[in-house]
Amino acid sequence: MQRRDFLKECGLFLLVTKAVEGLFGAGAAAAEEPAGTKAGGGSGGESGNGGDHLYGMAIDVDKCIGCGRCVEACKTENGVPKEPFFCRTWVERYTVKTDNTLVVQSITSAGQKSDAPVEEKEIKRSFFVPKLCNHCAHPPCVQVCPVGATFSTKEGVVIVDEERCIGCRYCIQACPYGARYLNPETHTADKCTFCYHRVTKGMLPACVEVCPTQARIFGDLKGKASPLQRFERMRKIHTLKPGLNTEPKVFYADLDGVVR
Amino acid sequence: MSEIPSPPSRIPEQVRRLGVVAVLMAGGFIVVRTWAISPEYKDTSLQKSEAVEREKAKPVHYAGAAACTECHEDQCGEQQLGKHRNLSCGTCHGALQKHVDDPLNEANRPYAPRERDFCPQCHAYDPARPTGFPQINPAIHNPLKPCISCHKPHAPEPPETPQECSACHAEIARTKMVSPHALLECTTCHTTLEEHKTTPRGAKPSRPTTREFCGTCHNKGTAEKSAPKVDLATHEVKYLCWQCHYPHSP
Repeated sequence: MQRRDFLKECGLFLLVTKAVEGLFGAGAAAAEEPAGTKAGGGSGGESGNGGDHLYGMAIDVDKCIGCGRCVEACKTENGVPKEPFFCRTWVERYTVKTDNTLVVQSITSAGQKSDAPVEEKEIKRSFFVPKLCNHCAHPPCVQVCPVGATFSTKEGVVIVDEERCIGCRYCIQACPYGARYLNPETHTADKCTFCYHRVTKGMLPACVEVCPTQARIFGDLKGKASPLQRFERMRKIHTLKPGLNTEPKVFYADLDGVVR
Repeated sequence: MSEIPSPPSRIPEQVRRLGVVAVLMAGGFIVVRTWAISPEYKDTSLQKSEAVEREKAKPVHYAGAAACTECHEDQCGEQQLGKHRNLSCGTCHGALQKHVDDPLNEANRPYAPRERDFCPQCHAYDPARPTGFPQINPAIHNPLKPCISCHKPHAPEPPETPQECSACHAEIARTKMVSPHALLECTTCHTTLEEHKTTPRGAKPSRPTTREFCGTCHNKGTAEKSAPKVDLATHEVKYLCWQCHYPHSP
């Protein structure tokens, strides 16, 4: 074969493959353009993946009074079943006894105000810790989803697409913070969305809105000064299970070492 | 370099037919892939943006405190100066968005807690609550009355209990302060002369002496609504009231 023929055929091959690729790619590319809220990247969630905002929350552990208003408000706002056990956010009561044993109780529904589990004489220290989805920058739940139904938005919020979720519970197992549950009505995985429908309208998440002691602080980690950024500057900040490299976006101030 | 003559192309009939079938299949694939399958099945970013839009469109239930100030100026103004200034209206009144959208509809009337067990959800004593947060023991804190009978919920303060006598009678004052008799003046039951202040033992205050004195509030059929009633004619007639009930914390 002549060199000229060889080059000609190579060129032709490249042209044809390009044309075929263009034909397939056209639809997808056209669809991508108008989608302003397109989630950044299929890998689901490097922190700061191109949005104007990067939402986060801080918890002032010392201010929480364990009243359960946040739990109640979250259930009302997001249509979570009212019974205990199902919850997007909950409050844990940690009680360290004088013999250094630990008792942890969860408040997972409104009015489930449990009394102290041990005699007051036996308590060394006791406190409440509000918990919710940590909206990790590297979320294990997103990695394991077999159908790609859960992902990080460009604002760093991990949400579940309930029309694609098949209810296989892998994500519930994978979450190191126990922040997911299977909704008994829809049979799909459900979790905190930072009240995405509220924060995108400029409102606060329901739990932050109703917290009577401002134990929860919500804000933008990007750009302008916000109460959250001030809180991060001024306080000693810790995250839950930092060793897992999930990079949570829920920050705890003055967190006790016994909190898991 | 000399040209090597290529052999004449001789494609067998069956290969040509196979070729036609292959071309038809490939064409069919392209048609189906391009036009028949809707784009959101092919593109995950489209799936995600749809899910995001669905999430955004969910209804709001808690209106946010700013919405209340437009109509309820008095209450909001009072609240801004009180100890509950950092509370959102929704903390106690619940989800208010429906009320904001249609305030005149009675069905959307906000919840106004008046029960005695509402405030203790935050203010009952609990060893896990932070030191300094105001807490009470609901079992002994001025029982039988809803909290709002002494505390204004929008600007809560300890109620104005009579202070005159507490300089000397502090223990009695403290006991009475959290009892059902908290709001009664000492002079309701004790007549005290001015000289008592200078010569306490020389001019002692009076004390009730009869069952009928307590009966002015507590006897059946008397006007005072908040006082629990007994029938003086039948209720433990042998005894005086204070033989069983300590008047400063009955």
